[in-house]
Order: sequence, then structure tokens, then C-alpha cells
Amino acid sequence: MQLYLPIAEVSVNAFLLLGLGGLVGLLSGMFGVGGGFLITPLLFFIGIPPAVAVATGANQVVASSVSGVLAQVRRKAVDFRMGLVLLAGGIIGSAAGVWVFARLAALGQVDLFVQLSYVLFLGLIGAMMLQESLRTMNRARKPGTPVRRAHVHTWVHNLPFKVKFRASGLYISVIPPMMVGAVVGFLAAIMGVGGGFIMVPAMIYILGMPTKVVVGTSLFQIIFVTAFTTLMHAVTSQTVDMLLAFVLIIGGVIGAQIGARIGLRLKAEQLRILLSLLVLAVAGKITFDLLMTPAELYSVTPGLLP
Amino acid sequence: MIRAIALVLAMALPVQAEQIVAGLSQTEVSINANFAGSEIIVYGAVKRDAPAPKKPRLEVIVTVEGPADPLIVRKKDRRFGIWVNAESVQIDLAPSFYAVATTGPLSEILTDAENLRYQITVPSEIRAVGIARQTDNSTDFIAALLRIREDEGRYRIAEGAVELTDSTLFRADVVLPANLTEGDYRVRMYITRGGMVIDAQDQVIAVQKQGLERFVNRLSKSQPLIYGLLSLAMAVAAGWGASTAFRFFRA
Repeated sequence: MQLYLPIAEVSVNAFLLLGLGGLVGLLSGMFGVGGGFLITPLLFFIGIPPAVAVATGANQVVASSVSGVLAQVRRKAVDFRMGLVLLAGGIIGSAAGVWVFARLAALGQVDLFVQLSYVLFLGLIGAMMLQESLRTMNRARKPGTPVRRAHVHTWVHNLPFKVKFRASGLYISVIPPMMVGAVVGFLAAIMGVGGGFIMVPAMIYILGMPTKVVVGTSLFQIIFVTAFTTLMHAVTSQTVDMLLAFVLIIGGVIGAQIGARIGLRLKAEQLRILLSLLVLAVAGKITFDLLMTPAELYSVTPGLLP
Repeated sequence: MIRAIALVLAMALPVQAEQIVAGLSQTEVSINANFAGSEIIVYGAVKRDAPAPKKPRLEVIVTVEGPADPLIVRKKDRRFGIWVNAESVQIDLAPSFYAVATTGPLSEILTDAENLRYQITVPSEIRAVGIARQTDNSTDFIAALLRIREDEGRYRIAEGAVELTDSTLFRADVVLPANLTEGDYRVRMYITRGGMVIDAQDQVIAVQKQGLERFVNRLSKSQPLIYGLLSLAMAVAAGWGASTAFRFFRA
């Protein structure tokens, strides 16, 4: 069944879209990530214009994050105060990101910038995660090796404006979380992702938050940052395709529930190794595309040169 | 006397011996949610007062042209080992869709001068006034535009696709692709003999989004803030709904 998308102005197979949404939902349910970093490149691949893919991807992440955060709230695994501080930074970062996106689109360099961000961040995060989870697995096999201390004092703890974050059991300055929020918000706007794959490691390794509140808090703030991003894209460039988002969301929520079941049967380290390999594969594919001589050197875009 | 004037007038006026009488299978194309392209049939007959001359042969050309838009054509170049967009040129106007169907090879049934005069093939419809100032290789950019749009199925030439019966009845099936732009599509029909155009006719097909497609597209442009909020409401409702439904399922 073909579906004509009113904003993207292309006709695509509805079952293909449902399948894509379902596949990404499956992975996000298994690994606890929004899946934006997968959906946006996949949308490029099936011929959705990049600007529409990025904006609609953000809208889809809103739905999957709402679905995810409700489960976390019931488990009391959300640090709302930390979430609000991250959010304040996130809004600033997102506004800057949408502005940069519009400027780059006018210069014709938006594809390159999005691709480079993907390569850099996915490559970095994927490699870190793989190394870390392999180490954990080795340690589990050889009992007796010393365990790393959970709470280490770093430069983060010497900054002013300290605030108590009760749910996380932290007493730290608001500056580092705001900065983390801003960076993630910026990337959310440019890459069409929620930024969970950057936020989660940043919360653990930079802010020193306990693992049990990390996923819930990250999802909580991602809802608002991606909602803001969606709204900004809708107003500035009118590139949010509601119908596309709807079909992806339907596939996504079903996939996420199935993925959560599969996730329960696998060990945490195994899950993280799989996720890191997936992230590295996406980064590798994009790098390959940047380095290979393209089949068609020219490209056509509607519009006027600045 | 009057008869003499009438005779002179009749000789001075070009005598249109053959005229097109034409029709379209439809004058409207609606783009709705399950739109996957459409086919329109352009048909007609040649009306004549006198028997048709044997030579040169009568030929028919049909063109269908979508609304024109300004475009940017960019060329990638290798910088620091990776491929990035480097040179770019502005095309003032280029049709979003252009199909030409004929009874035979264009080079044989239409002279270059007549093609230029009636603007029948695609290159004559592309307007790029300042392009030579923007680049040294303007022909490469135009050729790339034509190549890309041909690959996308937007520009096509189907020589021999018009069926002509007894030099009188003609019919052409033109396939409109799924990635259609909204607007008025101009359908032109020409009959030629010996490369010269004898008669031409214009018709218009209105291509419009309908129903949900139309509503969503209009709303996103006229009320972007409300549209954005609606998209969010839809996402939040779907996320909440899914979470609740599956919890109910499990319980």
C-alpha cells in the first residue's frame, strides 16, 4: 500500500515505514535509547528529504520518550530536579542548533555537517561503549580484580552554584549539567536525535549519577528538548511531516514493547556490546559514503541561493 | 467587387488546412493519501476541410509540463579527502515535470527553429539567465540537472509513444509519477508536417492535494505553530496510549 506524504511530497510504501518504525522501536526497547540516530539515516535512505527526516525524526522521538518515561516514573527512577537543569541547557542548545541548521541549509552544507556529526559522535560513543562493556565482561569472568570506585571527586565538584539533587544523591554545581544539556540539545536539533546515546554516558561519567536514575532522567529531558526542536522546525522551516511521524510512531511503539521483552532475556553487557556494534556500523556506513567517490557528483535542491 | 476582395483576403490569410480537435481523459488529478501516480490519456483527431496531403507525413507531438520552480544545482568536490558540496549555480526556473511524447524521432519530425519557437523540448524550457556568470561549466550543470531529473522520472521523452491512426486519430498515455508537485499542468499538442508546426492546442490539468493531504499541507504553512503543537499532541498521545495499552495487556 502506497502512502503519499503531504510534507515530504513523496509516495512511500506504508508497510515499509511501519517496518522501519517497528525495527527502530524494537532496538530502542531492547537498549533503552530513543532510536533517533537510526531512524534519521534510514529515512534518508528511503528517499525522504533530509530536512523532513531530521524534523520528523525529532517528533517521533517525543512519542517513544513519553512511552518510556512513564514506565520509569512508576519505578521512581526520574530525578526531576536534575532533569529541569539539563532541560534549561537543552533549550538553549536546541535553539542554537535550529539556527545553525537553517544557516547550513542555505549554504548547502547541511548534509555534510549532519554526516560529520554522525561519524564523530556515533564513532566516539560506540568505541567507548564497546571498550567499557568488554572490560566489564572480562571482569565478570575473573572475580577478584578490583572494582572501580563508584564515586570519584573530579573538577566537576569544585565549581560554584552547588545544588542538592536528592534522587541522584549528588551535591554538585549546576554548570556541568547545563553544559551537558546544551551540547545534547544542539545535537538533537542538527541530527534529529534525542541524544540519549550521548546523554547517558555523560551523566554516568561526567556528572557521576547513579545508573538507576540515568535512563529515566535522560528520557524526561529528551521529551522536552525534542518537543522544542519539533516546534522550532515546524515554525522555521515547515518540515515536520505529521503523517510520516504517525506511521513511524505506530510501528515504533509496538516494536518497543516487543524489544523490551527481548531485552529482559539478555545480559546487560551483552546488550551494550550489541548496541555499540550497531552504533559503530552506522558510523562506518556514513564514513564510507563520505570517502567513496559518489555515483552522481551533482545534486538538485529547490530554492534560491542566498 | 466584393467577391474579388474576399478572394484577396482568403489568399492573404494563412489557410489552416488541418486543425486539432482534442480531449483529455481527465482535467483534474487529486493527490490523496494512497496516491501512487496517475495516468492521463491525451486523445484527439485532426479536422480537415480537404483530403490530407500524402507527403510529408503528418506527425503529432504531445507535451505535459508541471509548474516551474527556482532550483539550486550543486557539485560535489573532494576536499580534505571527503566529498563536499563545492560549486553551486542558480536555475531561475525549471519545470518540476516534463514529458514529451511523439509519433517519431524528434530530430526528424521537428526542425530546430520550430522547436525554439514553440519551446517543445525540456532544455528550451529551463531558464538560467545568470548561469554563465556563476560558473565556467554552465553546460555541465544544465546537463546534470537534465540527467538527474530524467533518472527521477520527472523529465522524459517517449519518441513513438503517440499512436496515430490513418493520419487522423491520435492518442498518448502519459504517466504522472507519485512525487508530483501541486499546480496547473499544461498539456500541449502539436501537429507537424515536414518539421513545421501546422497547428497547436493547449489544455490544463489541475493537480491538487485532496482530503487529509490537503488539510495537513495547508495547515503546516498557514498555521505553523498550531501545526507543530498538534504534531506534539499526537506524539504524546501515542506514547501515553501505547504505554497504557501494554500495561493493561500485561495485567
